[in-house]
Amino acid sequence: MSVAERLRPTTATRRCAGLGAATVAWLALYEVNLPLWDWLVYDVVGLAPASRLGSGVHFFFYDSIKIALLLIGIIFLVTVLRSFMSVERTRAMLGGKREGVGNVMAAGLGVVTPFCSCSAVPAFIGFVAAGVPLGVTLSFLIASPLVNEVAIALLFGLFGIGPTLLYVCAGLVIAIVAGYVLGRLRLERWVEPFVFETRLGGQVIDSTAGLTWDDRIQMGVEEVGVILRKIWPYLLVGIGLGAAIHGWAPEDFFTRYAGEGNPFAVLIAVLIGIPLYSNAAGILPLVEALHDKGLPMGTLLAFMMAVVALSLPELILLRRVLKPPLIVTFVAVTGAGIVAVGYLFNAVLP
Amino acid sequence: MIIKILGPGCTNCVNLERVTREAVAELGIDAEIEKVTDYPAIMGYGVMSTPGLVVDDKVVLSGRVPTAAKVRELLESLTG
Repeated sequence: MSVAERLRPTTATRRCAGLGAATVAWLALYEVNLPLWDWLVYDVVGLAPASRLGSGVHFFFYDSIKIALLLIGIIFLVTVLRSFMSVERTRAMLGGKREGVGNVMAAGLGVVTPFCSCSAVPAFIGFVAAGVPLGVTLSFLIASPLVNEVAIALLFGLFGIGPTLLYVCAGLVIAIVAGYVLGRLRLERWVEPFVFETRLGGQVIDSTAGLTWDDRIQMGVEEVGVILRKIWPYLLVGIGLGAAIHGWAPEDFFTRYAGEGNPFAVLIAVLIGIPLYSNAAGILPLVEALHDKGLPMGTLLAFMMAVVALSLPELILLRRVLKPPLIVTFVAVTGAGIVAVGYLFNAVLP
Repeated sequence: MIIKILGPGCTNCVNLERVTREAVAELGIDAEIEKVTDYPAIMGYGVMSTPGLVVDDKVVLSGRVPTAAKVRELLESLTG
């Protein structure tokens, strides 16, 4: 019997009690995290807080636990909330929508619809074959990985509400504008012809129909496990690199090359970020450490967006339905949007 | 009984096939398990969120990997 099954509450009272206890435990752990590592690293082991080793080691342990807690909390919440949405329902809402309004809706739905990148191709075919315009479909496919729960959890935990809201709004605007532009370019001839010839079967089922609260909670618990199992190597490497930068990199090393003095910093950050395959969990500890070293937020957010929104494996997957010229245009338009947002943030943020 | 696993071969599809085989073995039913990886064929069943589970040409589940117990429940209700 799995942990999820053993924890599974069977009645409303037990469900509430279980959720309440979990919330209290979560808050308690979150509160003792900082004093615990202050005490262990500085008092028990005796490392000096000002030393490279001391601050690096402290950063590594404190950050790992904090990030793990944030991820568990937010992934659970988001999964339970998202269990009320499905790709099938999203498509039904987008069907018959015109470009413009459709792009705005698609970007918003891309954020709230539960979606795994491995379903990108069936969803693409399903949307286009059902008559959802190409640009609107692409708005959905851009927003979905760009504004995701892991990124939101970590941004909020590491930088607070301001940068998180900026990131979410910027992500939505990029998805809407890039999808709209791609739709205007009339690129249908570069979609593999079989997509338009595919006939959808009659019995489309809604994958979330008939779920009980117990089912949704269980899905939340399982999803936390699935995502943590998937991202922990990225997370550890990211935090390790972050700790190294935090403790050892010379103070002005990064600002000299990628600081405000370099007008190409955002462009270069995005070009480096596009082929990189990682996820928000691997990137954000790095972003935090680089931010501490004085790199501007716009450059860092642009780098992060390029990494999570565009990646080689996803593009290879999309090659099954899109011809190379369309993939190149897709990357160019989305990348240009990310670069623009990076420069805008650098200009606007203090 | 013919059971089909719909999905291009991602981790979720492999997991679904595993729990389905477990469930079939536990129930001791006579079932043939096939994999459907071709996208147009998957769409032919109307499934947009992989993996999907099809029993005797009827979609019974899509979009998530259930537990083996859940699949056993589903198959039991279908065999009657």
